[in-house]
Amino acid sequence: MSRCGAGVRSRADPALDTLVIQALNGLASASSLFLVASGLTVIFGVSRIVNFAHGSFYMLGAYLAWTLVSHGPLAGLGGFWGFWGGILLAALAIGLIGALAEMTILRRIYRAPELFQLLATFALVLVVQDLVLLFWGPDDKFGPRAPLLRGAVEILGLRFPRYELFLIAIGPVMLGLLWLLFHRTRFGILLRAATQDREMVAALGVDQRLLFTGVFFLGSALAGLGGALQLPREAVTIHMDMAIIVQVFVVVVVGGLGSLPGAFLAALLISELHAFGILAFPRITLVLVFLVMAVVLVLRPHGLLGREPEGAPPASEAGQPLPGPAPRWLRGLGWAALALLLALPPFLGEYPLILLADFAALVLFAASLHFIMGPGGMASFGHAAYFGAGAYAAALLARHLAAPMEAGLIAAPFFAGLVGLAFGWFCVRLSGVYSAMLTLAFAQIAWSLAFQWIEVTGGDNGILGVWPSEWARGRLAFWYLSLALCGLGVWLLRRAIHAPFGMALRAQRDSPLRAEAIGIDAFRIRWLAFALAAAAAGVAGSLFAYGKGSVFPSSLDIPRSVDALLMVLLGGVQTLSGPVLGAIAYAGLQEQLARLTDLWRLVLGLVILALVLFFPSGLAGALQRRRGA
Amino acid sequence: MDLRNPSFRLGRRGLLTGTALGLAAPAMLRAQGTAPIRIGEINSYTAQPAFLGPYRNGWLLAQERVNAEGGIHGRPLETLFRDDAGRPEDAVRIAGELVASERVALLGGGYLSHVGLALGDFALQNKVLYVASEPLTDALVWSKGNHYTFRLRPSTYMQAAMLVEEAAKLPAKRWATIAPNYEYGQSAVRWFKELLAKARPDVEFVGEQFPALGRIDAGATVQALERLRPEGIFNVTFSTDLLNFVRQGNTRGLFENRVVASMLTGEPEYLEPLGEECPDGWIVTGYPRDALNNPVHIALRDAYRARFGELPRCGSIVGYDTALAIATMLRKVGSTDTEAMVAGFKGLRYQTGYGTGEVEFRALDHQATLGAFVGRTRLQGRTGVMVDWRYADGANYLPPDEQVRRWRPQPG
Repeated sequence: MSRCGAGVRSRADPALDTLVIQALNGLASASSLFLVASGLTVIFGVSRIVNFAHGSFYMLGAYLAWTLVSHGPLAGLGGFWGFWGGILLAALAIGLIGALAEMTILRRIYRAPELFQLLATFALVLVVQDLVLLFWGPDDKFGPRAPLLRGAVEILGLRFPRYELFLIAIGPVMLGLLWLLFHRTRFGILLRAATQDREMVAALGVDQRLLFTGVFFLGSALAGLGGALQLPREAVTIHMDMAIIVQVFVVVVVGGLGSLPGAFLAALLISELHAFGILAFPRITLVLVFLVMAVVLVLRPHGLLGREPEGAPPASEAGQPLPGPAPRWLRGLGWAALALLLALPPFLGEYPLILLADFAALVLFAASLHFIMGPGGMASFGHAAYFGAGAYAAALLARHLAAPMEAGLIAAPFFAGLVGLAFGWFCVRLSGVYSAMLTLAFAQIAWSLAFQWIEVTGGDNGILGVWPSEWARGRLAFWYLSLALCGLGVWLLRRAIHAPFGMALRAQRDSPLRAEAIGIDAFRIRWLAFALAAAAAGVAGSLFAYGKGSVFPSSLDIPRSVDALLMVLLGGVQTLSGPVLGAIAYAGLQEQLARLTDLWRLVLGLVILALVLFFPSGLAGALQRRRGA
Repeated sequence: MDLRNPSFRLGRRGLLTGTALGLAAPAMLRAQGTAPIRIGEINSYTAQPAFLGPYRNGWLLAQERVNAEGGIHGRPLETLFRDDAGRPEDAVRIAGELVASERVALLGGGYLSHVGLALGDFALQNKVLYVASEPLTDALVWSKGNHYTFRLRPSTYMQAAMLVEEAAKLPAKRWATIAPNYEYGQSAVRWFKELLAKARPDVEFVGEQFPALGRIDAGATVQALERLRPEGIFNVTFSTDLLNFVRQGNTRGLFENRVVASMLTGEPEYLEPLGEECPDGWIVTGYPRDALNNPVHIALRDAYRARFGELPRCGSIVGYDTALAIATMLRKVGSTDTEAMVAGFKGLRYQTGYGTGEVEFRALDHQATLGAFVGRTRLQGRTGVMVDWRYADGANYLPPDEQVRRWRPQPG
C-alpha cells in the first residue's frame, strides 16, 4: 500500500525537492534561450531587420563546434582546451559569417521597404539548410560531454547535471557582460544611440556601416555560442534552426524588441512556465509559448520591458500616392492574360490544370495579405490562420454535416472573416513587428486547436474526403471555378483599395494623426480591413482544400504564413500586381525546382537572394520601373 | 477528378480523343513492347533525409535486381522519386502530376502518417493503386482504409503489441509513458495501455509526458517522469527527441533500476546516433542488422554495402521490400490495370529482405504481415546493438479479424 499511496500523494502534491529541481531545469533552459535571443534582439534593435537566419547561425554554431571538438585539429588537444577552444572558435567563426552576410547582402537592401530584408534572411535559411545537409549529412550528431562538467551533483537527493548548473550561471554572466559592453565601451554606446535614433547617429558622423557590421558580428556570434553550448546537452540536428527561431522571436518580442533585460526576463518566464506546465498539463508544450506571448502582448503592447518607439519609424519611405487607374499597357496585359486563362486550359493536360488551380488559390491568398500589408500598413506573420479557417470551415462542414462544396465555399469567407474579426480586434491595436507577432501567436493557438482537438478536427491526421461537388470534379471545371472565385476576390480587393474605404486605410497608414483629425476611426478601419483580408484568405483556403481533397493542421501552420509573406514581399507591396506576380513566381519556382533537384532549397534560396538584390522593390516594382523609364 | 472515367472525358473534350484514349487505358497502350513500367514514389526526402536516403537506396537496389533479371515480363521498372517536403498538400499535388503527366502505373511511398492518409484518399478518389511503405498510423488500413491502399510496415498497433508481450512478463507494475505529441505517439500510448492492461490487470499507469515532436525539453521531461517513481517506462520518442531524452535520462539516473520498453529504438537509424549513450537492457523493436545472419539477409547486406558503400538501415529494408512486393505483384498480374493490380496485391506473398520468409498482404485489411525484431539494447564497443532478439511475425500481432472488419469501412 505504501508504494501506491506515495505515488498518489506525489502526483497531487509534488514534493518540494522535485519543485526545486524543476525550477533549476527551467533556469537552465532559460539561459540557453537567452543566449540566442540576446543576439537577435541586439541585431533588431540597431538594424530593424527581422533576422530569420538567426536560427540558422545557431545551427551552424552547433555543427561547427561539433566538428571542431570531435574532428578538428583542436580535437587532438583533447580535454579542456580541445573542448572549450572549439566552442569559442565556433562562436567567433559564426560571428564572421554573420558579418559577411551583412556586408554582401543585407547592406544593399537597408533602404528597401520594411520587412523586405526578411525575404533575404529567409533565403539564407534555405541556403544554410542545404549546405549543412551537404557538409554534415542527415544524421543527428551527439557531441562529447564537457570536460570538468560531466556527471551530476545531488541536490535534495535528486541528481542534477553539472553542465546544467554551468548553463544556469552563464545566462546572467552573459547579460552582465553585454551590459558592460553597452554601457562602458564606445562601441556599445554608439550601438545604443543607433538603437534609439539611427539618423541622428549618422548625422553625428558615425560610420554606420562599421556599426552595422559590428552588430551583426556580435549577434551572430551570440547565436553561434548558443548553438555550440548545446553540444554536451542536446543532439545536433538539421532541424535545429526551425525549432529555435520561432521560440527566440517570441522571447525577443515578449521581452520588448531591443531590450536585453527584457529578453532575459522573457526567457525566464517562458522556460519556468514550461518546466512547471508539463507537470500539470503534459500536452501544453505545443502552444505554451504562444499563449504567453498573446497574453503579454494584449496586456503590454510593447512587451515586458519594451518602450514605445519615439518618432517615426527610422528610414521608412513615405508611402507612395495611390496608383491611378492601371496604365493602358498593364490593362492590356491583364485582359490578354485573362483571355489566355479562359481559352487555353481546355487544351492543357490534367497536371497544368491542377497547378493553375493551386496558383489561383495562392494568388488570392497573397492578395489578401497584401491588402493589410500594403494599403493597411500592418504586417501579419500569421495569415495562414484565415487560410486554414476557410479550409477547416469547408472540411468540418463536409465531415460533420456532409455539406456539399457549394455550402463550404459560402461558409468559408464568413467563418474566416469571423475569426479575422476576433483575432484582429486584438492585433490591429498594436503596431509593427509586435502586431505581426501577435497575429502569429493567434495563428499558432488556432493551429494547436486544430492539432489537439482530435474529436472535431481529426488532429494531425486531418480531415479526408473534402472533394468538390460532382459538377466541379473535372479538373477543367474546377479550374474555371477557381478562376472565377479568385478573380472575383482579387477584383473585390482592388475595388476596396480604390474605394473611399481604401483611401481611409491608406490615410491611417501614412499619417495616423491627420487621419484621426479628419474623423477617420483608424481602429475601425484597420479592424474591418483585417477581417476583409481574412475572409478573402478563407475563400482561398476553402478552394485549396477542395482542390486537395483533405485538410490538415499544416494549412494554418507557420510555413504557410511564411509562404504568404514571401509571395507578397517577392512581388512587391506597392501595387496589387505585386502579390499576383509574387505568388506565381514563388509557387512556380518551388514546384519546378523540387522536380529538378534534391537541392531545391539551395537553388530557391539563391534565386530569391538574386531577386532581392536586383529588384529591391519586388517583381512588380521592377516591372513598373522598367516600363516607366 | 476521376482520371479514368472515359465518358466524362470524351464528353468534355471530344477534340482530344487521342489523349483521352491514352489517359483512359494506359495499360492497353503499354502492354506490348519493352516500355518501362513507371512507379511514382512520393516521400519527405528533404524533411526526413536521415531515414529516407537509405530507404531510396534500398528501393533502387531492389529495382536494379528486378531489372537485371529481365524486368517484368521484359519491361523494366522505372521509379520517379518526388519530394513532398513533409507537406500533405504537396504530396497530393505531386500525386496528381505523377498520375496525370507522367502516366505512372501506381503510387508508392509516404513516411509521415498524414501524408500517407492524404495519398490514400487521393488513391481512393482517383482509383489509383497506392502502396504505402513507411507510414505507421493504424487509420491507413483500418478506420480510413480503402480499396486502393496497401501498407507494408508493421503499424503502430503491431509494434505496441510486440512490446506489450514482453512488458507483460516483467514484474513492473507502475508504468509511465513518454511519447511525441501527435497521432503516432498518442495511439502508441493508447494501444500499449489498453493491451497491457488486458494482459496484466494488475498494472497501473501513473502518468504520461507528451513533448512536442522535435522540441523536447529533455531535462524538465525527465524530471517530470522521475517524480512519478514508475517501475517501467514506455517510450515512443525517436530521432532527436530520443537522443536528448536518453542523454538527460542517463545523466539524471532515470533509467537505473527501471525497465524501459521502447518503440523502434532498435532500428539502426535511431540506435547508431546514440553512440556510447546507448542505454542497457531496453526492450525495443528494431532491426539487428549486424547479427541477422541468414543467407538472404547476408546477401542483401553485402550487395547493399557494395552498391552504396554503407550498411543498410531499417528504412533500406522497407524500401527494398516495397519495391520487391510491387515487382512480385506485377509479375503475378502481368498488367498495369489498376483493378487487376489491386486484386493482385490482395493475398500477395513475397520474400522479405530480412530473410525471415514470406510476407503476406492480407486481403482482409491490406496490411502486410511483415514483422519486426524484438530484443534488448546493449552497448558494444562504441555503439549500441540489439541482443537476445527474435523475429516477431506481424501476423501474430494483429487484432482478431472481426474486430478489423468493424473498424474498416466495408464496401457497399
